[in-house]
Amino acid sequence: MNIRRDGIPAIVEKHTAEAAEHFAPFSARRTFVIGGIALILCGMIWGDIFAAFILHPNANRIGESLLAATRAVAEHDPQAAGAAFQNIGALLENRGTKVDAHSHMIGFGYIALLMALLQPFVAFPESAKKFLARLLLVGATLLPVGVFLIHYVGMAGSPFAAIGWASVFGDFGGFLVCLVCVCELAGLWTYFRAPRDAAAPDNLLADRSWAARALLCGGTILVLIGFLHGSYYAGAYLFQYEARDRTLLSAMTTKAAANDSAGSEQAVADYGQLQSAKALNVAAHAHVIEFGVLAILLAFFQPYVFLRERWKRTWVIALLAGSLMLPLFVLLELRWGLIAGGIADAGGLLVIIALLAMLVGVWRYTGRLDSAAGEP
Amino acid sequence: MIDSRKVLIFGGLTLSIWGMAYGIWYAVFAEHQTLDGLGAALASGFMRAAENRMAESQAALADAASRSFVYVRQVDAHGHWIGLGLLLLILGIAFDRVGFNERARMFIALMLLAGAILFPLGVLLETWDRGLGPQVVAVVGSALVILGLCGTALGFARGNS
Repeated sequence: MNIRRDGIPAIVEKHTAEAAEHFAPFSARRTFVIGGIALILCGMIWGDIFAAFILHPNANRIGESLLAATRAVAEHDPQAAGAAFQNIGALLENRGTKVDAHSHMIGFGYIALLMALLQPFVAFPESAKKFLARLLLVGATLLPVGVFLIHYVGMAGSPFAAIGWASVFGDFGGFLVCLVCVCELAGLWTYFRAPRDAAAPDNLLADRSWAARALLCGGTILVLIGFLHGSYYAGAYLFQYEARDRTLLSAMTTKAAANDSAGSEQAVADYGQLQSAKALNVAAHAHVIEFGVLAILLAFFQPYVFLRERWKRTWVIALLAGSLMLPLFVLLELRWGLIAGGIADAGGLLVIIALLAMLVGVWRYTGRLDSAAGEP
Repeated sequence: MIDSRKVLIFGGLTLSIWGMAYGIWYAVFAEHQTLDGLGAALASGFMRAAENRMAESQAALADAASRSFVYVRQVDAHGHWIGLGLLLLILGIAFDRVGFNERARMFIALMLLAGAILFPLGVLLETWDRGLGPQVVAVVGSALVILGLCGTALGFARGNS
């Protein structure tokens, strides 16, 4: 082996030089990788806080308001029924905007990681790539923050009939992300249309380490499980649940109007159970696929995770275990209640910790790269 | 770059952009109006029941159920187009690791792309036609995606040096 005077093998020096070129400080790829993982982490932490502290109290308040509406029907008080539904509308908006902020932040993190992988194939100068990377992160932050604020800002000062300022800013954020994707597609198209010499190998796409293979294989299996569960749910329950939804709402009103308070209260309780079953099935389906996609994406970035092999394997196993635990125990909440909910939250926390550890690994890699290149 | 990778990368990115554009259009021009209408129909169902006007109450609840049916599918189409587009893009990046010849890889790639377009389209078509046709489109689309994914997983397991 060719060894330099300072003791660093020449092959390591060559690898570091190639990596420094692909992953330079403030480069588009580094911005996309760190920004993407940070977005996913923020989205997941927000999701865990939401699930633990907001979701269940919010569902209870919706149930109480529905009960108040049926009592208003029994007392022949239409104003009180209308007021109860205004309250339900506000609670649903509160829940919906928080779920949207959570899912969009994670989704945009995935897009950022994908863009990082595609950068060598985008035929733009580095300055344009950097601009697009920052623009995507601005849009990816603006949309979830705007959506989160919809419930609090409402229609204050808005010149539009149905859309408030928070929603306008959120939609603008979505437009920015969409615009960046169109530009990146144009860059890819230009790259593949232009005649060129054989492309330099990208070390991200060439990695065949244990961690990368485990994440790629595990991720594909998770996505497949999610698809099979989604198909089963859509085929066996979707239309059945929609019909039952309608039947129970009808039962609440007819029984309350006939002064059958026990019957109407039972219908409200059954309706609550039905909404739980729907929400838990959809959440399990969405989370297992999202975690599968995350695992596949992280498989590509393992060369940038500068940790000992033992720790890399530990975090891969933790991520895959958490990715299976969360959706499985979300489904089991239907039978085991809050105990399963707690285990599901622990699964989510495991994924967050593993992701955080990988981000630390990427951070350490950038530090090593920059010090080797003489950067501060 | 092999052609099957190009199909997945360009197809996936285009599908994701389409899903995002549809989502922006939907959020600006349809979502708030749909949710307002859904809430108003539900409230009306209970208020008419409180006034003992049961026929009107049931009609309002049926209207709410119909609006909910449409809303769920419009949001599903948006989410699934983007999600499947991103999945295609990711698989495309790793598709050289699928251990089949290029003809088989292209077949799997086209199956995945066709399924990713058809499945959300079928779901969206259900909002216009509640018959069997759109459901068949959605089922065929989802079957194509699942088969394509099984083929890809098998190809990853076989590996490609």
